[in-house]
Amino acid sequence: MQTAHLDESRDPLLIAQDWKDGGRDVALATVVETWGSAPRPVGSHLVIDSEGNFHGSVSGGCVEGAVVSEAMEVISGGEARMLEFGVADETAWQVGLSCGGRIKVFVERLS
Amino acid sequence: MDALSLKTVNDERRARRAVVLMNNFKDNTDRVIRECEAGSITGELGEALRNAFHSGVSKAVVVDGTDCFLNVYLPQPRLVVIGAVHISQALAPMGKIAGYPVEIIDPRTAFASAERFPDVELSAEWPEDALKARPLDPYCALAAVTHDPKIDDYALKAALDAGCFYVGALGSRKTHAKRVERLLEAGVTEAQIGRIQAPIGVNIGALVPAEIAVAILAQVIEAFRSRQSVQREAAA
Repeated sequence: MQTAHLDESRDPLLIAQDWKDGGRDVALATVVETWGSAPRPVGSHLVIDSEGNFHGSVSGGCVEGAVVSEAMEVISGGEARMLEFGVADETAWQVGLSCGGRIKVFVERLS
Repeated sequence: MDALSLKTVNDERRARRAVVLMNNFKDNTDRVIRECEAGSITGELGEALRNAFHSGVSKAVVVDGTDCFLNVYLPQPRLVVIGAVHISQALAPMGKIAGYPVEIIDPRTAFASAERFPDVELSAEWPEDALKARPLDPYCALAAVTHDPKIDDYALKAALDAGCFYVGALGSRKTHAKRVERLLEAGVTEAQIGRIQAPIGVNIGALVPAEIAVAILAQVIEAFRSRQSVQREAAA
């Protein structure tokens, strides 16, 4: 099948499907709201498995660690959850919003 | 999300069709809506979906009192240029920067050389062959800039038939009048002819190749942002 610009090796949704088909337990985190200078746009995905492997991003690297550990809890039987983070990183500083942006991330298990 | 929804979304994305994944936060259920289905959905949801497909912007919305999230996946627009000419050399880097990656087709190997077009998807084939291998679709723009009917005409008809969001052809009004005669003879309809932008490009008085490339790119962006989306045509 023609893929036409989808990056098969880096696209989080394709990886999520691939991992799931391969029998792995998978969670998906999605940026659903941003305020201020959030580094990744609404709709961005991070895919996580039960071992803590992940692909994609929901921020410039500042909150991925926290999202991964929450996602592992979600995989091991927790309900889907909404996380909220303040982003006070260098990116925020550079664009003049030194107070930092905020992002809301929805984490759910792939059933 | 369930695995079937994910598979549907990925299948649509691979096929270069726009799709929305709607998540209802209240009960964490999801629903996949294809662009061609959005036209027949009424009320607040229909309105929100049409905005999502048009803008390509994902967002949290309240639909009939329920918090939802609409994640919209639009195919990457492709700008297919027929003719590996001087204008195309300027258009290729500009299109890439603006988010409309350029692909160039020209059967004349002296023109379509990697040396003249580094870092560009380049096909030294006739449009008949190149477009069969990589078909056009509604998320493609086509600019025909060779001036040569043998090369341009087939691609123009293919672009109109595929419903490309933009179809432009280089040439004076006189050249275009002759082109219209040939295309009508080839079975193109009057309505389709009306979709061809000719002379090509926004009128900014462009003179040199790089300026003409700017004029073409501006017209492509304008066409994409004001496009008649698939769902609206389906509803009509």
